[in-house]
Amino acid sequence: MNLRIFGDPVLFHLGPVPVTETMVSSTVVSLLLITVAITLRYIVCSHPEHWLSVVAFMTVESFDNLVEEIVGRSHTVVSTLAGSLFLFIAACNIAGQFPGVHPATGSLATTSALAVVVFLSVPIAGIQTNGVWDYLKHYFRPNPLLMPLHVISELSRTLALAVRLFGNIMSGHLVVGLLVALAGFLVPIPIMALDLLIGLLQAYIFTILSTVYIGAAISAVEE
Amino acid sequence: MDDQTILAIVAMAGASLTMALGAVGAAIGESRIGAAAMDALARQPDEASSITRTLFVSLAMVESTAIFCLVIALILLFSNPFIDTVVQ
Repeated sequence: MNLRIFGDPVLFHLGPVPVTETMVSSTVVSLLLITVAITLRYIVCSHPEHWLSVVAFMTVESFDNLVEEIVGRSHTVVSTLAGSLFLFIAACNIAGQFPGVHPATGSLATTSALAVVVFLSVPIAGIQTNGVWDYLKHYFRPNPLLMPLHVISELSRTLALAVRLFGNIMSGHLVVGLLVALAGFLVPIPIMALDLLIGLLQAYIFTILSTVYIGAAISAVEE
Repeated sequence: MDDQTILAIVAMAGASLTMALGAVGAAIGESRIGAAAMDALARQPDEASSITRTLFVSLAMVESTAIFCLVIALILLFSNPFIDTVVQ
């Protein structure tokens, strides 16, 4: 049995750059999502009454509502980020259910990259809304002694975001692999159904948490 | 026993202890969350959607500690960083 937890096999070399399985699957998922998005945009522009454009409107509306509920006001950039994160992570998790596909989110590199995106967008959102000085001042509140704790919490929550997503997806695949090896054909189907639920749930949680972090940075000064 | 056997035994024992204690903590936390959510649902059935959303988010956040333990256990078992110091 081939147990793969932290490794990522190199498929081929593109010049000096090794191209791994994770890179290929995440690129394929991204291209698929971009194609779907462009098609939906075309349909929305040309046939607004079509049911597909209703689906597109509902998707955008739900992300706008989510952000408005968490941040307190509607914010187009944040809802774009949240929607992209959710759709990418959910598509990767669901793609992992196809035979032979290794989910891109089951590798620590992908989830770390996503978490770093969230980590960097928190100060960017805070500075853009409140200005550099006001944003930096919130680190020294309520007491300057707590500044190291603020910094540590920002770093540790980034680590937690990455490891949570990676651990859930990787462990789901590991359990399915072990069950196939131990019990055989058709036995891991309930676990695979649970994996589908967990994949969507983890995508939702990643989105909610990153929106909460960004929303906290946006409203850091108003308190 | 040579060093490699000792390292293997310690890694296996450490991994199983990590998983056991981590699972206990997460299980207790999740059961408390579930009980509190049931209570809130019984009191305010109108708020079911918001309660369920918060329930799922907090369940996943508590479960992530167990997932951290799983990752640590798998690191100990499959990609132990100290194996290079023993296997020369």
